[in-house]
Amino acid sequence: MNNQSQTPQQKAEFERKQHKEEMKQQVISFALMILFTFIAFGMVLLDIGSVFLVPTLLLLAVVQVLFQLYYFMHMKNKGHDMVAVMMYGGLAVAILTIITFTTIIWW
Amino acid sequence: MSTALAQNRGLGAMIWDYLTTVDHKKIAHLYLVAGGFFFLIGGLEAMLIRIQLMKPDNDFISAGLYNEMITMHGTTMIFLAAMPLIFALMNAVVPLQIGARDVAFPFLNSLGFWLFLFGGVILNVSWFTGGAPDAGWTNYAPLSTVSPGHGVDYYVMGLQISGAGTLIGGINFLVTIVNMRAPGMTYMRMPLFTWAVFVTSALILFAFPALTVGLFLMMFDRMFGSVFFDTAAGGNAIIWEHLFWIFGHPEVYILILPLFGAFSDIFSTFSKKRLFGYSAMVFATVLIGFLGFMVWAHHMFTVGMGPIANSIFAVATMAIAVPTGIKIFNWMFTMWGGNIKMTAAMLWSVAFIPSFTIGGMTGVMLAAAAADYQYHDTYFVVGHFHYVIVGGVVFGLFAALHYWWPKMFGKVLNEKLGKLAFWPFFIGFHLTFFIQHFLGLMGMPRRYWVFLEGQGLEAGNLISTIGAFLMAIGTVIFLVNVVYTSVKAKKVSGDPWDGRTLEWSIPSPPPHYNFTQTPLVRGLDPLWVEKSEGKKGMTPAEPLGDIHMPNASILPFLISLGLFIAGFGFIYQVDNKAWLILVFLGMGLTLGSMLTRSLKDDLGHHIHKEELEKDLEKGAGE
Repeated sequence: MNNQSQTPQQKAEFERKQHKEEMKQQVISFALMILFTFIAFGMVLLDIGSVFLVPTLLLLAVVQVLFQLYYFMHMKNKGHDMVAVMMYGGLAVAILTIITFTTIIWW
Repeated sequence: MSTALAQNRGLGAMIWDYLTTVDHKKIAHLYLVAGGFFFLIGGLEAMLIRIQLMKPDNDFISAGLYNEMITMHGTTMIFLAAMPLIFALMNAVVPLQIGARDVAFPFLNSLGFWLFLFGGVILNVSWFTGGAPDAGWTNYAPLSTVSPGHGVDYYVMGLQISGAGTLIGGINFLVTIVNMRAPGMTYMRMPLFTWAVFVTSALILFAFPALTVGLFLMMFDRMFGSVFFDTAAGGNAIIWEHLFWIFGHPEVYILILPLFGAFSDIFSTFSKKRLFGYSAMVFATVLIGFLGFMVWAHHMFTVGMGPIANSIFAVATMAIAVPTGIKIFNWMFTMWGGNIKMTAAMLWSVAFIPSFTIGGMTGVMLAAAAADYQYHDTYFVVGHFHYVIVGGVVFGLFAALHYWWPKMFGKVLNEKLGKLAFWPFFIGFHLTFFIQHFLGLMGMPRRYWVFLEGQGLEAGNLISTIGAFLMAIGTVIFLVNVVYTSVKAKKVSGDPWDGRTLEWSIPSPPPHYNFTQTPLVRGLDPLWVEKSEGKKGMTPAEPLGDIHMPNASILPFLISLGLFIAGFGFIYQVDNKAWLILVFLGMGLTLGSMLTRSLKDDLGHHIHKEELEKDLEKGAGE
């Protein structure tokens, strides 16, 4: 973005485009998240069997978290590598702990 | 400058200065003094243990007191000696190595120290109030949940408070290293000590919460009638073991990794070569940190987890030998063909290589799950972990202190006394712990307060005790050296070792804003890059200008003091609910101080350009 050959007008134009794109993505992900929430509540209301229900709910939840992190908290943008490393590192440790507890202690 | 002012105003002002300081260099001094003090207490406990085991059927100390000794020796050495001494080095060196003026959160830095100190004091107060913790440093349930008296309560509260301090410190250094590197200092140009501290801080961030959770469960079991670890009521005692070791195994890497980093800097400086295989060293450090989280259950092979779990953890454990091996070879290749100068720091570092490698070798032996059934809970294990912790961490601390002492205090520790301290400690260390492997193989169990006559254990134990005395002599000579140096030695320049990294480009001890102008980093070993182009110092990355610095504050001390008071309330409210008053008072002080901190704007102060120019004329920041 720091291209020297750009005039201020070109830069402003570019940024406006960028912001428009950003806005579009946020609206889409927001709509999808609301849709997912309705689906989740709907499935519970319709008494769908728990074998199907629980994994689907978890999947929808994970996708919503990813939307939240990547689109609303800007993890998709540049300069978030360290954040990603730390988060996935922590996640790996936490999941490992949960796996161990469920398989070794409580099975 | 605040130091000079404090000296003019006498002792009271100096104490106030240290109580309120947020300067990372002074916090390093505090960590060093407190950690050194606890190191001596832990050493004293070790001596009492060794005197008790000097001859068969000894009755020097009673069985109960012996249990308290081994518990407090382990707990003190890990949490109250090794950790703060490492934090002393981190505080003293990391901001200087990355070209920063302080850590990211100076207030939290001070809070971390005071939490650690008050936690440590709580733990040791137990000696005077009817018995220290006595369930081993691992504090396994159900032994700990049924331990009579308040000893284990002190363990829980003390570690909870000091653990919070450590967690704060770890987060602080993560943010510092990510955000505050000087212009040009990319990740792959960071000195290896900084890299190691970075990985260590990440380990602290991920490992300590497991301890916090474990300690909370233990606290509720002992003080508020919950039954998390009570099998009879449907709880599970193994949960404590898992939580403790999920924290405890990364903890041993938290201890050793910063010193791996320090050794790397020392080897490279005193061999006059850049570190051999820098990127492989970084990779190995990260890999050790990563693998460190997947091996904790090797402490629990005999618990009965089953052959599959045992095999997985055995293989993962053995895998750690690979990155560690990479490091050992890289250090040797760094020395290979170098212009080696055998200073005291180098002597400790060279001695570390074979000592630590022996510890690593017995580690691989212990990792073999089937064989571990033989070694488990014998002196073989004691020998193993003292080889890695003393041969790695303690040797590393001595080496790093010799190396960075001039940066911290402006004076080089006396080299002759340094080497004189090394030899008795080195010989004593091997005498004490090498023979313990064989005592273990002969069947001597850990944690027993006596052994019997006629089982062939007499000679080995006597040798071990003699070795312990030699180590004590070495430590005393080091202390004499510290006093002698501070009285007799002359001030040295900012760069006594012909160093390679940024901390050697500024005066010793550094002015409290560290860098008059932030340096521009142009490569790995930035100072060496400049030196090899015939320049004297770093090229500045900014014009001379006002420097913004944080204000000192007493609030971290008060927050920690509040938790200290509340800790006693929690411990004793079991006997009498009136003690809850202390909880309210203490928490009131803590929360009140936190509220003050939140509501009162503290924007820090500026050091003006004119003052900096005056300092420059006096020779600072050349």
